[in-house]
Amino acid sequence: MKILATAAALGLSILSISPAAAKDLSKITIATEGAFAPWNFTKADGTLTGYEVDLYKILCERMQVECTLIAQNWDGMIPGLLAGKYDAIMAGMSATEKREKVISFSQPYGSTGQTFGVLKDGPLAALPLKGDLFNLASNPDGAKIAIEEIRPLLKGKTIGVQSSAISARFMQETFGDDITIREYKSTEQHDLDLLAGRIDAVMASPAYLMTAASDPANTEMMMSGPRFQGGILGRGSSVGLRQEDDELRAMFDAALASVKADGTTKALSEKWFGFDVTVY
Amino acid sequence: MDFQFFGETILILSAGIPLTLTLASLSVFIGIFIAIGIASARLWGPVWMQKIARFYLFVFRGTPLLVQIFIIYYGLGQFEAIRDSAAWIVLREPFWCAVLALALNTGAYGSEIVRGGLLSVPQGQIEAARACGMSPRLGFMRIILPQAVRQALPAYGNELILLCKATSLASIITLMEITGLAAKLISETYRVIEVFAAAGLIYLAINFILTRIVSFTDYRLTAHLRPASEVLLEIDENLTGANP
Repeated sequence: MKILATAAALGLSILSISPAAAKDLSKITIATEGAFAPWNFTKADGTLTGYEVDLYKILCERMQVECTLIAQNWDGMIPGLLAGKYDAIMAGMSATEKREKVISFSQPYGSTGQTFGVLKDGPLAALPLKGDLFNLASNPDGAKIAIEEIRPLLKGKTIGVQSSAISARFMQETFGDDITIREYKSTEQHDLDLLAGRIDAVMASPAYLMTAASDPANTEMMMSGPRFQGGILGRGSSVGLRQEDDELRAMFDAALASVKADGTTKALSEKWFGFDVTVY
Repeated sequence: MDFQFFGETILILSAGIPLTLTLASLSVFIGIFIAIGIASARLWGPVWMQKIARFYLFVFRGTPLLVQIFIIYYGLGQFEAIRDSAAWIVLREPFWCAVLALALNTGAYGSEIVRGGLLSVPQGQIEAARACGMSPRLGFMRIILPQAVRQALPAYGNELILLCKATSLASIITLMEITGLAAKLISETYRVIEVFAAAGLIYLAINFILTRIVSFTDYRLTAHLRPASEVLLEIDENLTGANP
């Protein structure tokens, strides 16, 4: 009995310690994917780099928090956060309504929208409205016209998207049965299939496509068609946090406001994207 | 655990059962021919055929199935020569790439089971068959094969179960079988436990039926190992019907 009581007391004390430890905000762990250039990617020597890798260091410095960055598989990103394996996600993750049901987001720190990647000599090389930006939330009529303009061209084609990414949902809801959607675990995999001719186009962020097309192996790739953002495509990439971590979210929001105000995000995005991705 | 959601999940994932079963049965069908071919090459083939068979076994048993699927699907597609060849008609489709990888894999493991079964027949029985005047062909059909099948069946049943579960790897090359649908559902709902529990339950049900079939076949093939009274009763029932 005595042993049992001691064990129970020990168990209770451990239980009471852990929530307190979780609230300690002087040290946090941030997860990224390491396969979503230029937001975050892995260099040949295995180290992480990219826009978010530069940004998190500045944010943590301003929040006066000691941060550790770890790489995590995209599929397990949100479950891992909920399971407490890390405290924040900075993985080019767009704040969408659906994700907001499960986790919470800071203010956005970047948005590039989504567009098509095709082969230079492929059937979709000449999609109209190339590069034109349509916001699904603030300009729904314009977006609708653009969608109807490309719909007949996409009919019967196979489009690759990253599974569980917002582009998958957008393509499904917008084009439905007109197209075949193939879902890939990572963006590199749909690029390989685009080059192999198994699919006709991919949908991804222009930032990613630009980097991918600059790779010597992908010289046949190019961007095509209009660019969409907002609405179900989300507010833009934001720090993903557990819903109950209000204090941490407030800290991130304050730090993000300060890097936006002094032009740090503008400078960083010019470095990594070649254009300003700051959400104003 | 949300049981209503769990029930809905089972329904959604059930849509992947036909693909899982098609993948498994097609690769078992192709794999058994590969297995018999490789086992024969190793047992009775000339030295160069034995060497090729050994190399095949070495490669396919020594590398993970995941890697094999990746190489067959993403690797081969990188070569223009393959994309221009007739093989591309098959290799272009993720479905056939998965069947090919699974069949080659199960063929390698299966060949060792087949070989083990054939070798389990005592040499004395083969000699006795010859002494009774059976041709090598007749001896093989009457003495070696029935015993080899009996011997190999339990191990082959294991292989069938493993293959059935291995089809889940096909989801990495965009095939929406049970696991593919589960991963998609998780990415939409972020509810890992319910979805994977439902997927596990479906696999469990499939493999339950599969093991029943294997053990029933095993039961029918091993009448000689059971007490005579039991077997005689069975024969009697078969002759007179269920209601004498």
